[in-house]
Amino acid sequence: MHQPNLSRRKVLAGTGALVVSIGAVLPQDVFAQSADAALSVKPALLPTELSSFITIDPKGHVTTYFGKIDGGQGLFNAIGQMVAEELDAKFEDVTIEMGDTATSVNQGGMSGSTGVSSGGKQMRAAAAEARRVLLTLAAQKWKVPVERLTVSDGVISGPNGKTVTYGELIGGKFFSTKLEWNKQMGNALYAPGKATLKTPDQFKVIGKPIKRTDVAAKVFAQQDWTADVRVPGMKHARMIRPPVAGAEPVSYDEAALQKQIPGVRVFHDKGFLAVVADKEWDAVRAADALHVTWSDVKPPFVDHDQVYDYLRKTEARTKKVEKDSEKIDEVFKTAARVMEAEYEWPFQSHACMGPGCAVADFKDGQLTIWSGSQKPHSVREGVADHLKMPQDKIHVMWVQGPGSYGRNDAGDVAMDAAVLATALGGAVRVQYSRADGTAWDPKSTPSVHTVRAALDKDNKLVGLTYHSQAFSRLHLSSQESRAQDTLAGQFQGTKMTPNDTFAGPENAYAFANLRTSWGVVAPMLDRASPLRTSHFRDPLGPQITFALESFLDEVAVATKADPIAFRMNLLGKDRDKQVVKATAEKHGWTERVSGPTGKPGKNGVLTGRGFSYAQRGGVIIAVIAEIEVDPATGRIWPRKFTVGHDCGLIINPDNLVKVIEGNIVQSASRTLFEEVTFNAKGVTSVDWNTYRIMDTMDVPETIDVVLVNHPEMPPGGGGEGSTKPVAAALANALFDATGVRVRRAPLSPERVKQALSSTRSA
Amino acid sequence: MTETITLKVNGESHTFTSDPDMPLLYALRDTLGMNNPHFGCGLAQCGACTVHVNGEVTRSCVTPIAKVNNAEITTLAGLGTPSKPHPLQTAYIEEQVPQCGYCINGWIMQAAAFLRDNKAPTEEEIRVALSDLKCRCGTHASILKAVRRAAEQIAAENAAEKTHAPT
Repeated sequence: MHQPNLSRRKVLAGTGALVVSIGAVLPQDVFAQSADAALSVKPALLPTELSSFITIDPKGHVTTYFGKIDGGQGLFNAIGQMVAEELDAKFEDVTIEMGDTATSVNQGGMSGSTGVSSGGKQMRAAAAEARRVLLTLAAQKWKVPVERLTVSDGVISGPNGKTVTYGELIGGKFFSTKLEWNKQMGNALYAPGKATLKTPDQFKVIGKPIKRTDVAAKVFAQQDWTADVRVPGMKHARMIRPPVAGAEPVSYDEAALQKQIPGVRVFHDKGFLAVVADKEWDAVRAADALHVTWSDVKPPFVDHDQVYDYLRKTEARTKKVEKDSEKIDEVFKTAARVMEAEYEWPFQSHACMGPGCAVADFKDGQLTIWSGSQKPHSVREGVADHLKMPQDKIHVMWVQGPGSYGRNDAGDVAMDAAVLATALGGAVRVQYSRADGTAWDPKSTPSVHTVRAALDKDNKLVGLTYHSQAFSRLHLSSQESRAQDTLAGQFQGTKMTPNDTFAGPENAYAFANLRTSWGVVAPMLDRASPLRTSHFRDPLGPQITFALESFLDEVAVATKADPIAFRMNLLGKDRDKQVVKATAEKHGWTERVSGPTGKPGKNGVLTGRGFSYAQRGGVIIAVIAEIEVDPATGRIWPRKFTVGHDCGLIINPDNLVKVIEGNIVQSASRTLFEEVTFNAKGVTSVDWNTYRIMDTMDVPETIDVVLVNHPEMPPGGGGEGSTKPVAAALANALFDATGVRVRRAPLSPERVKQALSSTRSA
Repeated sequence: MTETITLKVNGESHTFTSDPDMPLLYALRDTLGMNNPHFGCGLAQCGACTVHVNGEVTRSCVTPIAKVNNAEITTLAGLGTPSKPHPLQTAYIEEQVPQCGYCINGWIMQAAAFLRDNKAPTEEEIRVALSDLKCRCGTHASILKAVRRAAEQIAAENAAEKTHAPT
């Protein structure tokens, strides 16, 4: 558990000595005992303080302080709606301040689709408690029971037409109310008060399709991103990465560089190498111009198309059996038929729209960092660890970065800026190049998945084993909260501790007998690797689901079952069945065994449909893909997706649909095109030509989303789950169209064309 | 070696000295302090840096400043304003297009030039016209809807103008 840190602002404000003692957290209602209900000085930034989450100004404007961030999926709205709902304030009167380590407690940043499910849960509880306290204040003021008060849009009404606004009650002062903190930091942080949350029948704001407030600002070029932060006197830096992974600079010609570009300087420490200039263009030119001699190292990698054999043949460093039915070996021994298949997924890059950018300013021993990282509190912890600084000397402010979908390069560039600013003094802006962002960002791991099925004499599936062999899902932690979890830390020689972990499928299948297991292979290069692996949207979800749901489709075909009917028989939970059924109905699914049904259409184009389903942290997603395949080119066009989605209570249905659409397109892009290529020396997919993603020519014509709402349930995390089933739905549709099963992603035109021609010639 | 450069950006004239090889993007951002367009690749592969130079869609990240001396530059900020939005900006808000929005300069500026030159584009023509742009959040479906919506609005405005035009 992380200890909470006092912000610099609070320390400077002189709120007195604060003893952070977990055992001393005493929930109490100050308002019930004391007239000193509103404090003129803000209490310390602790999870036990209501004022850490919410303040109200004299005009009644509500500001909430959120220890997570909105990566572009509209979380500002979701949190605003949840707060406005529980507070009975106008949505327009609520501002969400996100990811500022000086004003928000560490709620884990953007992580694991928990923005609404845990972040929103906390903000909702805080807002409900604020409402309760404000009603108590009004009741005390008028000396009437709380039950006789009503509240709407931040105005409390009492007997005889009396009214008072939230702003009049507490405006400009701070809640002194204590919360009952569960003593967890990060995603698990929960600190409710005594208030009872509203029930769905009382909702006025939750569930409404309120438009996002940030869209107009973006459309009119009025919003600033991290890359737009400017600090007076700021210098511009570019990083220089080795041409062979693992090499370090031996020497470089700074004098020649300065003759060519006056005023430029070089900063070097072990493998960390940067050029710094007053003008950005000078830094860009200098990064190209600097002549560097690199150490001679053995190129550490196999070629990218050899990586699956490498994973198969290398003994796993860490192995784990996650689920293991007692009779699993026995059912395979006695099975009438055993099926087995292997599926492969490549390294993939976040390849964010903007390569990483951050600004750090070091003045008078205080370091200020503007970062687009998903986890600004982790940036502070990591910088403190690497630069051996106390956390209260580091202030990290999140500024919207280019969309991020996991542990992208934003966590690395913040550390690079911090290293340079503290070394050189003053403000330094580091802007990564496209190659820094595409070749050198953390990658999602490639994997080989082996799935086996035991069928009895009646073709009934009686046992299933699922094994993955891969690099660690978290060779690099998804939180950059230690020096070793940043590229700068690794380049500068920090100690590395291995973290081998993977995962298994998530679903509601009631397999009679099941074994899931994984083996994690040591990385080919253990530090400062362009192939270091970490989380990328729905970490492991697309690949794990690709394997399982492709395989279940193969079993369905082998047992002459309709793919949806086959899965409905396996599903053990009604809620999951409901989503699958709703998806099939929306699509107009008719039952048949998958496989080519007729002659090619116009220009030889084949059509097919494919189904896939998964869970993600309790969220249920089913996808039907309809595709066109051109055998002449191998091109798959995903003409239409039908998506069933159940994430419990829906906060904003229109925005949820947009989030799902984005996930579907991104996941289709990863399935059809995306593969990091590399040779022994390093990554060769360095830009948008060599790391292809989907463009308008291949975007689906239709994405039909069926939202299954469960207002009686807590809201789940809808941020990522719909990425999961897309790959298998496409591979299954490809089989349906062509009778050919492709088990290696991406299903690129080249691969599909080759698969089709080799089948034909066979 | 430096040259004196004059740019008219969103109607405002700026004169400064610059390395003639410096791309227009750095002049707009670093010299003039503008926050749009964006650096996305520096290779003319993504569109995040797109502006209009004398009305033509231009990737500012690879356009040497000397080549656009005395030119009229329009950025997204100059295309329309909240009080006088371009139909694409209105459509983007109606369709709630962007997620992160970092790529937005390319999509709107390129579509604006396309719709100016193509009054009644087909779906296929829109897709082709925007095919060299990148969006990593996967908002393409909404982008296409917004461009169609803007095309319809422009067509309706043109029809209304014709109706009301003096004969």
